[in-house]
Amino acid sequence: METELNHMREYYEGGYTKEASWREAQLKGLRSFIIEKQEDIMNALLQDLGKHQVEAFRDEIGTLMKTLNLALKNLKKWMSAKKAELPKIALLTSAEIVPEPFGLVLIISSWNFPFGLSLEPVIGAVAAGNTVVLKPSELSPACSSVLASGLATYLDHKAIKVIQGGPQETQQLLHQRWDKIFFTGSAHVGRIVMSAAVNHLTPVTLELGGKCPAVVDSLSSSWDIEVAVKRIAVGKFGTCAGQACIAIDYVIVEKEYCSKLVELLKVWIKKMFGENPKHTKTISRIVNKHHFFRLKNLLADAKVNESVVYGGSMDEQDLFIEPTILVDPPLEASIMTEEIFGPLLPIITVGKIEDSIKFLRSRPKPLALYVFTKSQTLQRRILSETSSGSLTFNDAILQYAADTLPFGGVGESGFGMYHGKFSFDTFSHHKAIVRRSFLTDFWYRYPPWTLNKLQLLEVSYNYDYLGLLLVVLGLKKPSNRRHF
Amino acid sequence: MSREESQKKKVFDAEAASFLMKELRGNVGSGTTRSYEWRVSQMKALLKLMDENEDHIVDALRSDLDKPPLETVVYEVGMLRNSCEVVLKELKHWMMPEKVKTAIATFPSSAEIVPEPLGVVLVISAWNYPFLLSLDPVVGAIAAGNAVVLKPSEISPATSSLLAKLLEKYMDNSFIRVVEGEVDETTALLQQKWDKIFYTGNGRVGRIVMTAAAKHLTPVVLELGGKSPVVVDSNVNLQVTARRIISGKWGLNNGQACISPDYVITTKNYAPKLVDALKTELENSYGKSPLESKDLSRIVNSNHFARLTKLLDDAKVSGKIVYGGEKDESKLRIAPTLLLDVPRDSLIMGEEIFGPLLPIITVNKLEESIDVINSGTKPLAAYLFTTDNKFKEQFVKTVSAGGMLVNDTALHLVVHTLPFGGVGDSGTGAYHGKFSFDAFTHKKAVLYRSFMGDASIRYPPYTNTKLRLMKALIGGGILNIIRALLGRS
Repeated sequence: METELNHMREYYEGGYTKEASWREAQLKGLRSFIIEKQEDIMNALLQDLGKHQVEAFRDEIGTLMKTLNLALKNLKKWMSAKKAELPKIALLTSAEIVPEPFGLVLIISSWNFPFGLSLEPVIGAVAAGNTVVLKPSELSPACSSVLASGLATYLDHKAIKVIQGGPQETQQLLHQRWDKIFFTGSAHVGRIVMSAAVNHLTPVTLELGGKCPAVVDSLSSSWDIEVAVKRIAVGKFGTCAGQACIAIDYVIVEKEYCSKLVELLKVWIKKMFGENPKHTKTISRIVNKHHFFRLKNLLADAKVNESVVYGGSMDEQDLFIEPTILVDPPLEASIMTEEIFGPLLPIITVGKIEDSIKFLRSRPKPLALYVFTKSQTLQRRILSETSSGSLTFNDAILQYAADTLPFGGVGESGFGMYHGKFSFDTFSHHKAIVRRSFLTDFWYRYPPWTLNKLQLLEVSYNYDYLGLLLVVLGLKKPSNRRHF
Repeated sequence: MSREESQKKKVFDAEAASFLMKELRGNVGSGTTRSYEWRVSQMKALLKLMDENEDHIVDALRSDLDKPPLETVVYEVGMLRNSCEVVLKELKHWMMPEKVKTAIATFPSSAEIVPEPLGVVLVISAWNYPFLLSLDPVVGAIAAGNAVVLKPSEISPATSSLLAKLLEKYMDNSFIRVVEGEVDETTALLQQKWDKIFYTGNGRVGRIVMTAAAKHLTPVVLELGGKSPVVVDSNVNLQVTARRIISGKWGLNNGQACISPDYVITTKNYAPKLVDALKTELENSYGKSPLESKDLSRIVNSNHFARLTKLLDDAKVSGKIVYGGEKDESKLRIAPTLLLDVPRDSLIMGEEIFGPLLPIITVNKLEESIDVINSGTKPLAAYLFTTDNKFKEQFVKTVSAGGMLVNDTALHLVVHTLPFGGVGDSGTGAYHGKFSFDAFTHKKAVLYRSFMGDASIRYPPYTNTKLRLMKALIGGGILNIIRALLGRS
């Protein structure tokens, strides 16, 4: 492995990846891959996760296309130097910030959106001119395999490699020297990644998860309520069966409106996923037995089981779990302390909707916070009194598709961000460059130090041009400084 | 002793750190630090602190480093003043949410990026610019609305204790604290869960900080160092070049600065001319007995004095000293020293010098300098003196460093519109100006959607039409969308 990586470094040092033409070729290659191999991609997703092709397109293929088009359109702009404003006293000097690639980067991806979460960072990394090693998740092996063959075929294999494997391969990779590591996954593994990065002082981006709450206020219009319920249903059950870092984890609603919400959810779950969701195949599968049993165990607790008001049926053979709703399970139960990552939706009731703010503040900062309300007061309060990676009003998941918004966590949900230009920036070192001329040289920069020189330096650094003139002309009185 | 005194004498241990953290988190919950007024009041308090205590600051730095008063006033106090002024001028603008455009994927919607404080942050500072490197990050932390604990370096004890005293007197103690101490106290602090840690210092301790941060998934800024090279071409104004190298090297705490030119690379032919110019200008700046010059800082302590002496005593560099080399251990002074043609595997070329020794390496062709630099770890700064535009551009393109200057040294530190930070071994993250604000801020993405304009293609049950429509929307073009709607694509 070390030899392979050394070759990649040598290739990077050759300077090829820094050329705009190389980067464009890679982005176009990725686009061709997604267009030409779409069927393979969809089949792999169906195989690994039972993901419906429309969901696959909506959440992975479509978003990647959008990102690729954006990157191709803006690449030159992103690569260009940005002039930095200088004070007027800086005669014949120019300053700019130039983005440069880090070098060799490692991207560790996740199993739930194996194409999206692998390739969105890869797009950023190659657009920024880096060489890349991608380690897709072994829990989505069909997708991992399509990625490996696809990238080898469509991209510059000397600069972009896919290394498949499990925890052992990941450990091996983490022992190597990287110029940047981009990790998507759990907080537990995130700690391992960051600790490994210490050795070489490698900068990291950690895209983790958490319990993403949806606060649902009372909505008066029946149209609004219906739209809200649909968005909640698809934001939970319709997004890889809730196995998404930004899926709605649980709902908070006023006691008064709880039963109405539950009734409407039941209606729309049936409309969206059919009377028999296992057979309509519109809901994704649980990825493997380990997670299936993890989810099953969340309902094992008697009190939690009692709180189930809808669904609950599971099929180990098919790794299927029905959309399930719970009302007020105990807050100390695992289902309310751990990230659920599955199609179980607890609804927590509060007296007044404003109480949700205190509830949210007492918990770790989530990757996403969703609030369904038309009250501007509540919107303002939640915006300023809570913290989360992102905050979306009256919808869920969609923020993922917004290129102009940074996508990333805060606190327990991670640090760093990407999407759109933020992807490019996250894989770039922003180098400051100042160019000076020999002509403008101020004698007061140099020792021996005198009070006069001190004054001159002070006024120049504080950009006090008038002061500068007065001191030079001997017209400004020296201030009372005893150390001279 | 009084109760306050005995409390102060108490060791700052894990329990104390935990208590401090709880207290600060509780206070931050009140929302005070989020207000513009509070942040402005703290900036003004810092300015007042400097106005009323400049003499004490100069004295502390004289005690810790024998730093020439001018360096203290201009670099430590002057630069911090500038940072505060920039915040006062720009903060309102920085605090405003940034509206961003939204595209068809989220239509109809509006979006903005809202800067919010991270919470409670830790700033660990260094000993060479103990005033500036402590308070400049603190300025950023406060501007961004955080509570901050400052741990100044114990290697500059007079400044550390002055900072503790002055910050307690002038700043809002509910949110801004100083914890003095050494390894034990720093370890106790690092065990806590901070929302951000900002560390200035060396790579060894940087790794300790990052390891501690990893346990709590705390993001870090590491401002480290490295060997900042100066490449000198033969087509330059030699006098100005020499002065600027001197100014960036000995003029900055006698070479004890993270961005001091560490070593010089020039051609074999040009080296003697450069050495002569440096000798002349060094004498102009510091006189005939620079060891006694009041315009040079001393070496900070006997550890570093011994370290630097070892570099000079290295057998590989004996006979390479062409200027200076004088030492006075009792006063911890080392004179500006030039070494010519040191071997690449000498001790002085193996680590960051951080002192008044300037080795000059020679190459046959100047282009080789790029390979020399790239064979080492990425430095915090790289300097190039040349009038050859082609070489200039090649250098800028192929050498990676935190920051770069052409035809000068160190000045980029002063330009607050430039990010100041390292890359690779020289660190991660950046600050100064708005970059300080950003370093301590979480940029929260906020998306506003309405209940109108609900695209049913998002929802199951999934149909082929929905798929076609989605593809058309992504592929763009109104024609494709119409085709999809009509079921023709």
